[in-house]
Amino acid sequence: MTSAESPEVPVLVRQEWCKGCGICIAMCPKKVLEAAADGKVVLARPEDCIKCETCEIMCPDFAIRVVGGRSKEVARGREDVADARA
Amino acid sequence: MPGHNGRDLRLLQGNECCAEAAILAGCRFFAGYPITPSTEIAELLSEKLPQVGGKFIQMEDEIASMAAVIGASLTGAKSMTATSGPGFSLKQENIGFASFTEVPCVIVNVQRTGPSTGLPTAPAQADLMQARWGTHGDHPIVALYPSTVPEVFDLTIKAFNIAEQLRVPVILLMDEVVGHMREKVAIPHQSEIEIVSRPQPDVPPEEYLPYAAGPDGVPPMAPFGTGYRWHVTGLYHDETGFPTTAAPKVDRLMKRLYSKIESAADEITFTSDEFLDDADTVVVACGITARSARRSVRLAREKGIRAGMVQLKTIWPFPYDLVGDIAGRVDRIIVPEMNMGQLIGEVERAAKGRCEVVGYSRVDGEPIAPAEIVAKIEEV
Amino acid sequence: MAVPIDDYLRTQFMPHIWCPGCGHGIILGAVLRAIGRLDLPKDEVCIVSGIGCASRAPGYLDFNTVHTTHGRALAFATGIKIARPDLHVIVLTGDGDAAAIGGNHLIHAARRNVGLTTVMFNNSIYGMTNGQYSPMTPRGRYASTAPYGNVERNFDMCELVRAAGGNYVARATTAHARQLSNYVENAIQTPGFAFVEAVTQCPTYFGRRNKMGTPVDMIEWFRKNSINAAAAAKLDPADLDGKIIIGEFYRGDAPEYTEVYDEVIERAKEAAAR
Ligand SMILES: Cc1ncc(C[n+]2csc(CCOP(=O)(O)OP(=O)(O)O)c2C)c(N)n1
Ligand code: SF4
Ligand code: SF4
Repeated sequence: MTSAESPEVPVLVRQEWCKGCGICIAMCPKKVLEAAADGKVVLARPEDCIKCETCEIMCPDFAIRVVGGRSKEVARGREDVADARA
Repeated sequence: MPGHNGRDLRLLQGNECCAEAAILAGCRFFAGYPITPSTEIAELLSEKLPQVGGKFIQMEDEIASMAAVIGASLTGAKSMTATSGPGFSLKQENIGFASFTEVPCVIVNVQRTGPSTGLPTAPAQADLMQARWGTHGDHPIVALYPSTVPEVFDLTIKAFNIAEQLRVPVILLMDEVVGHMREKVAIPHQSEIEIVSRPQPDVPPEEYLPYAAGPDGVPPMAPFGTGYRWHVTGLYHDETGFPTTAAPKVDRLMKRLYSKIESAADEITFTSDEFLDDADTVVVACGITARSARRSVRLAREKGIRAGMVQLKTIWPFPYDLVGDIAGRVDRIIVPEMNMGQLIGEVERAAKGRCEVVGYSRVDGEPIAPAEIVAKIEEV
Repeated sequence: MAVPIDDYLRTQFMPHIWCPGCGHGIILGAVLRAIGRLDLPKDEVCIVSGIGCASRAPGYLDFNTVHTTHGRALAFATGIKIARPDLHVIVLTGDGDAAAIGGNHLIHAARRNVGLTTVMFNNSIYGMTNGQYSPMTPRGRYASTAPYGNVERNFDMCELVRAAGGNYVARATTAHARQLSNYVENAIQTPGFAFVEAVTQCPTYFGRRNKMGTPVDMIEWFRKNSINAAAAAKLDPADLDGKIIIGEFYRGDAPEYTEVYDEVIERAKEAAAR
């Protein structure tokens, strides 16, 4: 992890694993993330993060971890399943 | 029926005997697909395996059967499949996988006349080369070849033991006639049978290197689901089991796979001979043809001809040294075989021109009779 | 962390070989989160794959892992499961691996109802061999062996598995990664054969050939073109052309193979004792 693991940093990015595909940047509802000059992801607006974990779940390279996100407390999203069922 | 030495004397068909021996050897998993003339093995094991807590499954084809056998073996179960020509062809890719990933298993091929569908109920000995080279790429393999029902018993046990000892697929080649003939077999008590199991790691999981071999070239193999989490792949891999393309590691793996068989060659080469000491003509044969060869040299001796014979119970690795020694001492080697000439190529390789090597092929779906070999012996 | 993804990865081999933006990593994450929520002991999980980009997944996972031959993962997995019914055997396979060369094994694994969880990474293309059409490439789409557009129809693997007898059938896309993970979780918990089709993007071959834009564009395309099974059921089939129907399609409770076989063992032992 290149970002320091501190409570003020909600999202940790593993730069060595990031391939700069831009998926997390596009998927983040709060536009917290941006591409650096080398294409890899950096935190532009950490204060806006709502810890929704979308970036972590959508990153194909396991390069993002959200610190203290809600899935880490409870199994999530059972209701998604219920309404998708035929 | 209790027989000599407290052994169970039974009249068994070759295929039945193979199934009985497999269970005594510790086989606990069989996957197969029906094909003449091997089917009795599957039928009997479907009955017997669950009686000893083993598992039998009839898969959707031979490719799947071979795959399931390898999967089961990864969990530690001694596993086997049985088939014939067309099915043996289908199994080849996964036999290569087992050989390369060093997963012990036994593959019985009760040969029939090919190619293609051929003569499904007639014998032939034309899968010798396929047993050695049926799958692509260099690879280690062991193939044993019985000529009688008691030998089926013995070599089935040995097939499992060698597969486990060397972590290699072992092919048991049978002739259709041996698979279907009935002979008396003295079945030893389980306690009299030597059973070998694959080497186990003696280190804790965190130190386990699944492809690090000891001096015998054979790496210890932890069963899946016992705390040793390792990776199995048909890609070139190093001692860790993970893929590599590094030339020295690629080279080292292939050479180890060959040397583990070579260094055990003496232990796994089984032959039987008659009248070799003073013979000037020697018949080299395997399977059902070896029985005719044995009879033929006795008949030749009665006529005053100094003939001898060697039966190769181990076809692969081929006993080049043994056959080479014979070639250096005799005038002629005769190689009768039920194919267009497969064994003879190896005999010539071994003889290196030190004696005359004469082939005799019969490819009409009938076994070679002793008289045919005698005629060949007399034809100087 | 309740979902210790890193703990399931053989991190020494990361970054993985998949292309930037390849959806295979999203699916793999969904699978690992499902395993994490179920808190399955690592020693009891066995991951089996065939050959292809998708099938490279097991090498990165710290379980009992097997990377087998093309198309045969389910047959290997069947042997493992039958020999060790207590293991959670999960098959990760591509659409070429499962629907073309391995199609027959899929049918029979479902028919036998062996307790395997299969996740098919459907990128509608043969990724590893550089983009030939697969049985899942829709008609008219381009591939390196379909330069004038694919002549063949693709087929519905979920319907196939359901018809063959599987106990659980669901489909989601990489645009629905949470839902996908929940389906995998349900699949693992289902006794019997469970199948999850994960529709995913291969930006390198399928995307480029078919001018689908960036990985993000492809995910957005999935989102826009997916329709929930319940909603789809109310529509005219003609309106569903080109749509991806997602949802849990089937849950059955047919007896699982190894449980039935255990009864066979009991009967056989009784017969032998007689
Ligand atoms: C018997 C055999 N035939 C062909 C191949 C070549 N091959 C390797 S991967 C592959 C296709 C893989 O496609 P898919 O399963 O869809 O996975 P993807 O790479 O798209 O993830 C093929 C044809 C092979 N390895 N083995
Ligand atoms: S956790 Fe959600 S809000 Fe925070 S950076 Fe990731 S996607 Fe954006
Ligand atoms: S070729 Fe396609 S499927 Fe393979 S890793 Fe690249 S994007 Fe993924």
